[in-house]
Amino acid sequence: MSDLHKTIEAVWKIESTRLIAGIARVTRDIGIAEELAQDALVAALEQWPEEGIPEKPGAWLMTAAKRRAIDHLRRGRMLEIKHGEITRELEFQQRRLGEAMDQALDAVIDDDVLRLIFTACHPVLAVEGRVALTLRVACGLTTAEIARSFLVPEKTLGQRIFRAKKTLAEAHVPFETPRGDELRKRVESVLSVVYLIFNEGYTATAGEEWMRAELCDEALRLGRMLAQLLPEESEVEGLLALMELQASRTAARRGPGGEAVLLLEQDRSLWDRAQIERGMAALDRAQELGGGARGYALQAAIALCHARANTAAETDWERIVLLYDALLEISPSPIVALNRAVAVGMAQGLGCGPAAALKALDALAEEPALANYHLFPSVRGDVLMKLGRYAEARKELQRALGMTENRRERVLLSTKLEGVLRQMGLPVTMEAEELK
Amino acid sequence: MRFMMIVIPKEYEAAAPDAFPDAKAVAKMMEYNRSLQNAGVLLALDGLLPPSTGARVSFAEGKATVTDGPFAEAKEVIGGYWIIQVRSREEAIEWARRAPMSSRETIEVRQIREMADFPEDVRKAMEGFEDLKNATASKA
Repeated sequence: MSDLHKTIEAVWKIESTRLIAGIARVTRDIGIAEELAQDALVAALEQWPEEGIPEKPGAWLMTAAKRRAIDHLRRGRMLEIKHGEITRELEFQQRRLGEAMDQALDAVIDDDVLRLIFTACHPVLAVEGRVALTLRVACGLTTAEIARSFLVPEKTLGQRIFRAKKTLAEAHVPFETPRGDELRKRVESVLSVVYLIFNEGYTATAGEEWMRAELCDEALRLGRMLAQLLPEESEVEGLLALMELQASRTAARRGPGGEAVLLLEQDRSLWDRAQIERGMAALDRAQELGGGARGYALQAAIALCHARANTAAETDWERIVLLYDALLEISPSPIVALNRAVAVGMAQGLGCGPAAALKALDALAEEPALANYHLFPSVRGDVLMKLGRYAEARKELQRALGMTENRRERVLLSTKLEGVLRQMGLPVTMEAEELK
Repeated sequence: MRFMMIVIPKEYEAAAPDAFPDAKAVAKMMEYNRSLQNAGVLLALDGLLPPSTGARVSFAEGKATVTDGPFAEAKEVIGGYWIIQVRSREEAIEWARRAPMSSRETIEVRQIREMADFPEDVRKAMEGFEDLKNATASKA
């Protein structure tokens, strides 16, 4: 790629969200808006090498795309439906066109961007469709880039986006920011999409690639954008805090050979202190907005307990147990209960310790959600090992090994298994060796 | 990837200790900062007091020598910086191009070295370095 193309691509990455959002205001259809924005990009790729990069590339793209949008509407089938309304909108848009990138209109564009994100994360779409569409229209990633980061063929991803756009159009999803009671529900949907993107980057579910940091960065940027666009919503700050605090450990999560390093074994000097500070600031804002007891803020508070401890031994597990109790109260889930059991096993207070943890785990044994989750036997194996019940621990770790395909997780489990076998005075068998 | 955009204002090396940018320039800068923030790329920013309030510690002949500002011999001094998180060098440059600067100012765009970029032996040698950074940051 030439330097000029790289520059055009960079302009696109910066401008595409606002561009698509601004056009969607005219077309009321983000699928069409995205295509028209792409057309403007193609025009830029043709014209800029000849004419040079314009002084205000964003305004140039916006003008080019809006001209196409207006042509599209003039020709278009939409005229039949709401002729008068669209004519008025067109007049308004044409007035706007001249002043397109005028700073005074920034607030309008911000609203458009918010509408765009709410629409891309609309509950009418399948979750994978929301994720793909959000990365496409709100992060400016290409289909190929999204496909690569989700380890799916480009064609599959392209179809996913196509289907999502079609569903939005067929369901006549309005291009708007929800109000009142609807708002909180829809904010939740947006935040869950952002957190899904983050987690996809933070822990890949299969294959060699354990971390795909770019997706974490995309999610963090979306979180920071949303914090500006929805300044009253405490959970936006809560999620931002959670992501910053988790991402602050990125450098410590892999050993020199690329192997996974668990939280308690991590070299804490590799944690990114500036990022922790940003996470703390976001959590403070969430609490100031009165959202300290909501889901993401509580999870962030738990992450902060780890960030604050200079060594694993200094971790305030008692506080973590209390935070999990609060979390379970607002969103009871077997996964949260499993994490709480881990904290119980580490804490020293009344009703804590490995025996209490085992009891808590056994209460979860029948949970269907944990039936195929390798962390359940893995955690249970840990606790049994602490209690000196090695034969049972071995069985649990073997069970866990049978439940995950992730190579790094398997290496971790087999290392634990080796520890148990050693305690039992048994040779390290093939089951642990084969992965090395 | 993170980049530092460093502002190098001409003649700032000789600015009076109480020199301050005018309100109009500050307003434009706030607008620009807001655009960085709205795009979700801004991690940190600061402006520095004039060099006349600072000091230079040089190490010629292996020995520390302190010189109070202003620094008559300095050709370029730093006026302030942004730290941004973007996807490419080109994106960082594109953001720098948009800064509301006067003809007397230059922005230098530099990528921040990440811990993960270091080879293993250098990382070993740097053990404890982050501890120092952490200790400083938690005092701040």
